[in-house]
Amino acid sequence: MKTLQELEEIRKRTLDAINLRKDTEAIRVVVGMATCGIAAGARPVLTAFMDEVAKRNLSNVVVAQTGCIGVCRLEPIVEIYRPGEEKVTYVKVTPDMVGRIVTEHIVNGNAVRDYTIGYYEAHNN
Amino acid sequence: MMMKEISLHVLDIIQNSIAAQASFIEICIEISHECDKLLVSVSDNGCGMDEQLRKRVENPYATSRTTRKVGLGIPMFKASAEAAGGMFSLTSKLGEGTCIQAGYKLSHWDCPPLGDIAQTVYTSVICNENINFLYLHRVDAREFRFDTREIRRTLGEDVPFNLPEVMAWIKEYLAEGIHTLYGGA
Repeated sequence: MKTLQELEEIRKRTLDAINLRKDTEAIRVVVGMATCGIAAGARPVLTAFMDEVAKRNLSNVVVAQTGCIGVCRLEPIVEIYRPGEEKVTYVKVTPDMVGRIVTEHIVNGNAVRDYTIGYYEAHNN
Repeated sequence: MMMKEISLHVLDIIQNSIAAQASFIEICIEISHECDKLLVSVSDNGCGMDEQLRKRVENPYATSRTTRKVGLGIPMFKASAEAAGGMFSLTSKLGEGTCIQAGYKLSHWDCPPLGDIAQTVYTSVICNENINFLYLHRVDAREFRFDTREIRRTLGEDVPFNLPEVMAWIKEYLAEGIHTLYGGA
């Protein structure tokens, strides 16, 4: 059973990591969580990002949620902001796409072109 | 388009509370097999709605896109409860907050599953650290209570919820707590 005491231990253990994190600019993963996003399956996508980030202990990544991004028909939509780079928008994201986005884009810095909105619009019109 | 689980409606309503700038959100799930009822409520201390807006949000066709504060979420939640022999109520006071309650008849054909409520609470808590959440879940005589203010006190002000280790702890804590409600050890 998880206890608050364990949380207290985590607190002590992680204070160093936090100071380190304050010095580096975070990569932001933003998932659209308006009604359109939720109905299209955004919640498991958001959870998959959080799980992947926790599993790989990526302390410079912040997973966040936002409202309607504006292209409801392409939900779930995920935007990734890497410091100093242009935003990349992924569309119709499913949990099984998350591992690749985290590995290739967040960790290695190469956007997964096939999942982007630009690629989708160019191949589905 | 529709929500497959009650917990997705809850997640959707929480987004309204966030948009309403709430600093406290209470989520309450009460299941009574004896009364054949499942009650869900989400209350917040956000900006609330005046009478005019309150009447409008229950109507899917009247939402103005420019404000974009609410959309189809409330009408869909209402329809799902009413289709399952239940009730829906929305009370709100400008400047004080909003409370949404939905009741379902458990044995009704059209009663959707509660679904993964742990995931709803988990994602909401981690992504909205500036908001205090109280999550109460009762199943017959058992109760599970999760209060982020308690977590905050234990962690202190410097340790964020979205740190991998903290996320893992919260996720596990919620899963265990809910599991216990349904007869697990």
